[in-house]
Amino acid sequence: MTPPAMPIRHSEARYRLRRIVGRVALYALMICIALIVIIPLLWMLSTSFKLKSQLFSREIYWIPKVITLENYTKILNNPSTPITLWFRNSVIVATLTTVAKLVLDSLAGYGYARLEFAGRKQLFGLLLATLFLPGVMFLVPNFVTVARLGMLNKFSGAIVPALASVFGVYFMRQFFLSIPKELEEAAAIDGANTFQIFFQVVLPLAKPALATLAVIEFLGSWNDFLWALLVLKDRAVQTLQPGLRTLQGAYTSEYGLMMAGAVIVALPVLLLYAFLQRYVVESVATTGLKG
Amino acid sequence: MVTGKRKFNGVPYLFILPHLIFFIVFVGYPFFNGLYISFFNYDYLRPQATTFVGLQNYLDLFRPGSVKYYEFWNSMRVTLVFVVSSVPFLILIPLGLATLLNTKLPGTHVFRAIYFAPWVLSCAVISLIWWWIFQSQGGLLNYYLGALGLPTPRWLSTMPYAMITIVVATVWWTMGYNMIIFLAAMQDIPADLYEAGRVDGANAWQRFIYITLPLLRPVLVLIIITTIIASFNLLGQPMMMTRGDPRLPNGGGATEPVMLRIFIEGFVRPYQGSAAAMSVIVALIMMAFSLVNFRLFRHQE
Repeated sequence: MTPPAMPIRHSEARYRLRRIVGRVALYALMICIALIVIIPLLWMLSTSFKLKSQLFSREIYWIPKVITLENYTKILNNPSTPITLWFRNSVIVATLTTVAKLVLDSLAGYGYARLEFAGRKQLFGLLLATLFLPGVMFLVPNFVTVARLGMLNKFSGAIVPALASVFGVYFMRQFFLSIPKELEEAAAIDGANTFQIFFQVVLPLAKPALATLAVIEFLGSWNDFLWALLVLKDRAVQTLQPGLRTLQGAYTSEYGLMMAGAVIVALPVLLLYAFLQRYVVESVATTGLKG
Repeated sequence: MVTGKRKFNGVPYLFILPHLIFFIVFVGYPFFNGLYISFFNYDYLRPQATTFVGLQNYLDLFRPGSVKYYEFWNSMRVTLVFVVSSVPFLILIPLGLATLLNTKLPGTHVFRAIYFAPWVLSCAVISLIWWWIFQSQGGLLNYYLGALGLPTPRWLSTMPYAMITIVVATVWWTMGYNMIIFLAAMQDIPADLYEAGRVDGANAWQRFIYITLPLLRPVLVLIIITTIIASFNLLGQPMMMTRGDPRLPNGGGATEPVMLRIFIEGFVRPYQGSAAAMSVIVALIMMAFSLVNFRLFRHQE
């Protein structure tokens, strides 16, 4: 039985070789795509450490000949583009928005998931239906409302309208529906009232959902461009995203400065992503699928 | 939990009311107020000068020959061009990436994390980066094109290149989002289906066509709809990369989408009533589109 064994072993080796070649090709392709994704970010970083004189040289240097922090010190100290102030403003707006949303949306989400009241189904249906309305139709009227309420150029003008969003309510409701009812029923038999059940039994279970929602909402608020551009116009109350546009207008062809600004805006988000990558990706996978 | 059947129980309202108040003021009220404002000549800086103009803001948009008509419908055309030229890439590239990553090879989760990363950046950041890459003077792209002896167009200020820059930046920025959704859907497909396919002698391509794609269809339809709507909302990239340029002879710009037009009309110029009317038309078109798709989709299910 030895002769026929030879061709089998031979084809097995060929099969293995093909597998290895296939794998190498796959990895090569994945690495190439990863480079395409990363190169613009590296270019931003590289430019931010370059002197203006190096930007338009005949040769391109990925690692600057002279590494300078001048761009960073310059934009951090220029009073006409107060980027540290904008950074602080962004932190305030994004943090307050996120915290307020977590409170409102977990309360409302629990209400629509578990509590019984007249018109619950209809009301929640109405809320859900508005998720399909295009955001553009709220732009002008909400701006008018914010102006009338005297919230233009105040952080409240950026924070308060965002609290109306239905997404978080829907998200928390779905989570509350997924936890077993028995725990709450047991607590009710022990004599706990609705608030005690919510705060002592349900909320501790909701930590992962709250963390996911916090990440999504913080990212959304931090990255918000259009609404912040409309309602926070004064340089003193501007946030980072419209601030970048101010920066772009303030320095003609000073790309080093602008890229330093972009790095300052991008870095916190990229760090957050690096540490909470699982949370972010999985939240997109689940919420995106459900629409 | 079944209390309050007989007597009124206010507690549930304490849970939903805090959110509901904001919802009423910033979703419910503007739903009607947007329509209301569109019947006025309205400038928020001079509210005392508000005058009722009836349907005039709408008529202006449907009267051929006027500047407003041209600017508005040009921006609608630009939006359509962007949708048509970006959506195929925003579907096919993520589909390809998801297929590439849908293996049990070690390290794929690292690549997944890298491909998705641009999505967490803001529109302002990515616009600034690509604006710099596409610059004629000192730009990265033209440097390498020139080095390879290829033509070096003025990307940001001539057509069709200006539109291409916006599509490229958008695809790079958002492809990871659809990829993640495709990947999640692919991982829900039972492995024994592929095993059965393999036993029947189907190669990788055939397995993709006859197993993956048909099972992916519901998700695919959903992603196409949401991607078209997302592309319809294009604003930040042209605002920061091309400023809607190049200008067109009759007014408007070759890369000025309808959201940018509404922004200019209502917040650069003092015509909020007119901007509200434009918003109503755009919203109606988007809703009609969603509804038709929803119906079609449901019908086929």
